[in-house]
Amino acid sequence: MLADLAPGQQATITGAASHAPPAVASRLRQLGFRATARVEVIRRAPLGDPTIYRVLDTELCLRRREAELIEIRR
Amino acid sequence: MTNCHDDTAATADLTQARRIALVGSPNAGKTSLFNQLTGLRAKTGNYPGVTVGRSVGVLSVGAAQVAIEDLPGTYSLDPISPDEQVVADALAGALPGVDRPDAVVLVADATTLRRSITLVGQVLRLDLPAVLVLTMTDELPARRGSIDLDALAIALGVPVVAVIANRGVGIEALRTLLGSPDIWSRPAVLPPPEADALDAWGTSVLAAAEYAAPQPDLRTGRIDAVILHPIWGLAVFFAVMFVFFQVIFTVAAPLQDRIAAGLDWLGSQVDGHLGGTVLGGVLGDGVIGGVGTVLQFLPQIILLFLMIALLENVGYMSRAAFLMDRVMARTGLEGRAFVAMLSSFACAVPGIMATRTLPSSRDRIATVISAPLMTCSARLPVYTLLVGLLVEPQRRWWGLSAQGVTMFLLYLGGGTAALLAAALFKSTILRSDLLPFTMELPPYRFPSPTAILVAIWDAAKIFLRKAGTVILATSLVLWILMNLPTRGAETAQLSPPEAAAYVLDHSYAAGIGRAIEPVFAPMGFDWRTNIALVGSLSAREVFVSTLGQVSAATNPSSPHQALVAMTDDHGQRVFTAPTVIALMVYFMFALQCMSTVAVMRRETNSWRWPAFAFGYMFVLAWVAAVAARAIASGVGA
Repeated sequence: MLADLAPGQQATITGAASHAPPAVASRLRQLGFRATARVEVIRRAPLGDPTIYRVLDTELCLRRREAELIEIRR
Repeated sequence: MTNCHDDTAATADLTQARRIALVGSPNAGKTSLFNQLTGLRAKTGNYPGVTVGRSVGVLSVGAAQVAIEDLPGTYSLDPISPDEQVVADALAGALPGVDRPDAVVLVADATTLRRSITLVGQVLRLDLPAVLVLTMTDELPARRGSIDLDALAIALGVPVVAVIANRGVGIEALRTLLGSPDIWSRPAVLPPPEADALDAWGTSVLAAAEYAAPQPDLRTGRIDAVILHPIWGLAVFFAVMFVFFQVIFTVAAPLQDRIAAGLDWLGSQVDGHLGGTVLGGVLGDGVIGGVGTVLQFLPQIILLFLMIALLENVGYMSRAAFLMDRVMARTGLEGRAFVAMLSSFACAVPGIMATRTLPSSRDRIATVISAPLMTCSARLPVYTLLVGLLVEPQRRWWGLSAQGVTMFLLYLGGGTAALLAAALFKSTILRSDLLPFTMELPPYRFPSPTAILVAIWDAAKIFLRKAGTVILATSLVLWILMNLPTRGAETAQLSPPEAAAYVLDHSYAAGIGRAIEPVFAPMGFDWRTNIALVGSLSAREVFVSTLGQVSAATNPSSPHQALVAMTDDHGQRVFTAPTVIALMVYFMFALQCMSTVAVMRRETNSWRWPAFAFGYMFVLAWVAAVAARAIASGVGA
């Protein structure tokens, strides 16, 4: 899942985890975390959470809790 | 009730006017486009029944007038948050009192079009006349992206206008277009409804327009390497917050003093001309004093919103929220609540107004009802007086000034209470697992002076119109309570301090002070202390001068000596150590400030939350003060 990637790594999103609440899954999808999109980990906050990702030409931050709901293929 | 005025004012002269809604995702540049189109003529308020801000402006195209509604930013028309619900309902004509728009202006950032094309498709499906405005069209080629606007217009079936909002490029073309929505081209076939098919539609539209997505912004990457660095980033953050806080305290304070001095002079002029009559008192002290209370907030509000708008426009605010999110997450809030909490150390009024940057309305309310526990600057004169009554100036604890340690503990207590209260509310009544925390970090950009001016202007206007009236009315009522009925005959032979004490001791406020004595007696407060508590509802620092007045101190603004000697109706000293401690605890927790209540009312769009906040803080203050007094008496303080 997305939370396992280290800063600098890239992956392709395959979808939301099946246990993701529907509202969370659809918000993540609206933000660009959708199947086939490329995602890159930019950096983590000094205290370890949240993390900035680049997806669909924007930089966004997610907490670990949400990043664990996004499945990827390296 | 105040919101109805706005709606009618905005629509009264526009009943015949066309209504056009601006729709776009957050950070698309929708608000700066709105400002460019409508200038400073926008009416701001709330949507009926919700904590979602509303702006309606007027645009003149030739002789015709067009009403422009700036809908909240949204990523989708499938609503998740209350703000998004408002957008979906407004576009469907399902909002009570808000007509369905006649046409839609879609606003999209040209550099993030791959994401926002889905929203464009959803809005086109509404089958309203629509035009697409592309912003950041200068940034796209600068970052080696490109797009064919004519091909995009053909692929979408609606007009497309390229705009650079902060330089005014493309605004005139758009203005002309907005005059005649009836002749806009409409799509031959609407985009498909299913999510996957809509994504495919978006991809094909962008392919037809030969869209090349921009490269990552290198300058932003280099700045972030420092600004978000584990060490340098935190150093910059603390430096920015220090300057932020210093400006509110050191720049605003002298301005506030000058306003106070000016109004004092005006008040004495009025009083002098109307010489000691009730009318002179009401005008000179009541009205002008109340206006003074309102105006004294303005420097703080203007400076705070200047700095917030500047940091927001440059792109730093989201970085600060990113750095602080982990800390704020422990209270159940998110990084963006940090600024509101910090500002409340200066004053809860601008702090509460700063919660507008929070996207979740539950977070907004939780912050609004917790922030007043932060130790604001109006508590400082009260604490100074009480600490002076409790601890000798020369006394030292562990080598530190005992007065300084006490003051520090009071600040610490307020700050801790605010964070604990927020955590409690977020885990109970304002729990929200629905919305995940997500935040965009836009590229760093030069701030637009117009956007900053508009932000300041809006904040000042909202405060004066919506909160100012309530504050003024409260001040006036409190003045009447404390100064009437008149006692001209009884006080004729007395010295001025004794006369002032006599009037106050026999005023309506004294009646209230005696009536509420049973509630306040467990904390050790006698009825004269209660008068000062009633008076301090207009502003906490009034507590000091009112106590000065009831104790007939020769210098009411520094009543230390008179208070030490003050005795109750049974000849016992009033300000014993346990009672002073109880007063400190009471002021630490109680919402003893009607200005804050008025701003809460305005920001949450109901009396429910201010009433709740006033109630829980009073109960907290009462229980804690009674407990503190019992403990202090127990240890023989």
